Amino acid sequence: MEFKSFLIKYAEIGVKGKNKFIFEDALVKQINTALKKTDGTFKVYKETGRIYADALSEYDYDEVIEALQRVFGIAGICPLVQIEDKGFEDLKQNVILYMEEVYGHKNLTFKVNARRARKNYEKTSVEINMDMGEALLNAFSEYSVDVHNPQVMLNIEIRKHINIYSMTIPGPGGMPVGTAGKAMLLLSGGIDSPVAGYMAAKRGVQLEATYFHAPPYTSERAKQKVIDLAKQVALYSGPVRVNVVNFTDVQLYIYEKCPHDELTIIMKRVMFKIAEHFARESGCLGLITGESIGQVSSQTLQSLGVINEVCTMPVFRPVIAFDKQDIVDMAIKIGTYDISIQPFEDCCTTFVAKHPVTKPSLERIRKSEENLSENIDRLVREAIESTQVIIAG
Amino acid sequence: MEVYLDNSATTRVSEKVKNIIIKTMTEDFGNPSSLHMKGVEAERYVKEAREIIAGNLKVKDKEIIFTSCGTESNNLALIGMAMANKRQGNHIITTSIEHASVSNTMKYLKEQGFDITYLKVDKEGHIDLNELREAINDSTIIVSVMYVNNEIGAVEPVREIGKIIKEKNPKTIFHADAIQAFGKYKIYPKKLNIDALSVSGHKIHGPKGIGFLYVSEGIKIKPVIIGGGQQNGMRSGTDNVPGIAGLGAAVKETYENFDEKIKRMYRLKDYFTDNIMSLENVQVNSKKGELSAPHIVSVSFIGVRSEVMLHALEERGIYVSSGSACSSNRHGGSATLESIGLSREALDSTLRFSFSDNTTKEELDYTIDAIKELLPRLRVYVRKK
Repeated sequence: MEFKSFLIKYAEIGVKGKNKFIFEDALVKQINTALKKTDGTFKVYKETGRIYADALSEYDYDEVIEALQRVFGIAGICPLVQIEDKGFEDLKQNVILYMEEVYGHKNLTFKVNARRARKNYEKTSVEINMDMGEALLNAFSEYSVDVHNPQVMLNIEIRKHINIYSMTIPGPGGMPVGTAGKAMLLLSGGIDSPVAGYMAAKRGVQLEATYFHAPPYTSERAKQKVIDLAKQVALYSGPVRVNVVNFTDVQLYIYEKCPHDELTIIMKRVMFKIAEHFARESGCLGLITGESIGQVSSQTLQSLGVINEVCTMPVFRPVIAFDKQDIVDMAIKIGTYDISIQPFEDCCTTFVAKHPVTKPSLERIRKSEENLSENIDRLVREAIESTQVIIAG
Repeated sequence: MEVYLDNSATTRVSEKVKNIIIKTMTEDFGNPSSLHMKGVEAERYVKEAREIIAGNLKVKDKEIIFTSCGTESNNLALIGMAMANKRQGNHIITTSIEHASVSNTMKYLKEQGFDITYLKVDKEGHIDLNELREAINDSTIIVSVMYVNNEIGAVEPVREIGKIIKEKNPKTIFHADAIQAFGKYKIYPKKLNIDALSVSGHKIHGPKGIGFLYVSEGIKIKPVIIGGGQQNGMRSGTDNVPGIAGLGAAVKETYENFDEKIKRMYRLKDYFTDNIMSLENVQVNSKKGELSAPHIVSVSFIGVRSEVMLHALEERGIYVSSGSACSSNRHGGSATLESIGLSREALDSTLRFSFSDNTTKEELDYTIDAIKELLPRLRVYVRKK
């Protein structure tokens, strides 16, 4: 007995009214993309308000479940056993075999839930429920029926074939990627920004990313680490276009001209400006950062405000109210943590002052930035022009 | 211009070595254990390589065991000899500046119940012979000392070490990790009282994945890799014929015009060192002249983190190593540099320049110019307090 098909349950998409088909089609597309990377061949289709993925070939069960669990929009995955209709007696034998294999002889409560899409079947749904329940009670002395709160909900669907299923493997939830437009993720080599990207993607946002590279202060390996992070996020979000901005000259110029306790703030203001430039160019609807209130000096509310001021696009901060440990837990779950903790520096850590400002005033920062007026526009332009684009995933 | 000054990490394979490797992979590709002609042909390469190596060390052919690398040579020597001699005693002596393939193997042996004594070194990286003399006792089975230190190029007094060991306890085995020394010194183990000597192929223009261990006849040693009984049971596994043939060719080339090549390397090293020493606030951790190896210069550019300098040089096509893998938020790193008493500041800013016999004065001038240009620029951007 093997699972020939998967019933895909989706949560929020169900309530999207007339736009429902857009979401469903996006989900079918994402499932197709995910399954193409596995060893099997599948047919993914919509049928009477549900999505099915039928296996057309041999496949690796664990690999397929893992792939489906990365598709945003899926609430649950139900592996189906599909049998030909050879009469009710045959169905009974198959169901007993199914229960034997999946649960075996142990104490459990169950309920049979039959659905009859093909109305010419020999029994009604109610009859199937009753007769199958009886057959199971006879076959397994350990089982008992509980119609209100069963441990096992045994579903039997009479269609062209007959589907038997009882397990629901949780999916990641969220919405299919691409249904919420595109946004620009400011990606560093740290723990927070990949998690922020993941969370936005989970709400259906397609990701593009910008990374600030500062050779020789940051190494090729630091850049590779960021690309690896983007690839890991891309497992969920689909391919991510990464803009690698050569930031060294801008950074050195700021370092030369501005008070050192304000370096990080001013540097981040320029970073946001550059990221926003790329965001506009590629039709993004906002920026995404991994900032979290109070985590470091540039993430106090005052600092966030002063940095944000350079942008006219909305800046989304999915982990803004998360504790560090919560972000770490999530990073471990999505597989970015091990990459993030590799010890290559990003350009923020190289130029951090010992005691940076925690409550910057916009007025003072603007005054400090006047020192940059001579060359900053040219340097920013050059940084933008020398940007390298890498597609991750 | 591309200037490769990381020859202590690895070297470029020479033309002759490359050709013999290709030949043994595509034409004479047999398994030396096979009975037919293809096997016999392949065996010839192994035999010849063994003869070249043994000849240059002035030892017997059968005293050479081919391994997969320097690390395996050190593992086989230390674990193999410790296990085979544990009835004689359980005391082993080594130094505080050994390569990880020795120091971590010592940790493993400690877990197996052996007592390990670590000898200190002075600020030039040399052990104290009196301390060694006092450390050796009746239960000392092995003394393992590296011939040339891989980070600062310090040369240990192996001749004196050998003498002291044999005076104090003739049964004690002397193992020398010669991975950085082989090809830079003419090493005659028998004269130096060295009982076991580890060597790696890719440090002398040979391929990666091959090394050898010399073990003096009569020394008790147990194999670490068990199998079909190749190499008299001392190292099972199909002979790596391309690697062995390549290593043989590399050793042969290394010993051609030996004295002349080494003299030239010393001249270049001193030239480089003099130029670097003349720079402000720069500290050279390796000695000039023959107190240290001809191919390693360790320099601390105070005020510039080693990684930054490394990548800045890399942008100009110059490839070097950082002496210790430290970063501002993660301390830890070189046991050698700490052992010779470098300050934190110096530790964080140390680079290793390592030459080969192919290194030219032109390349060094290019490097010196690059450093002169970079130093003042990079020093502006130190982390502010």
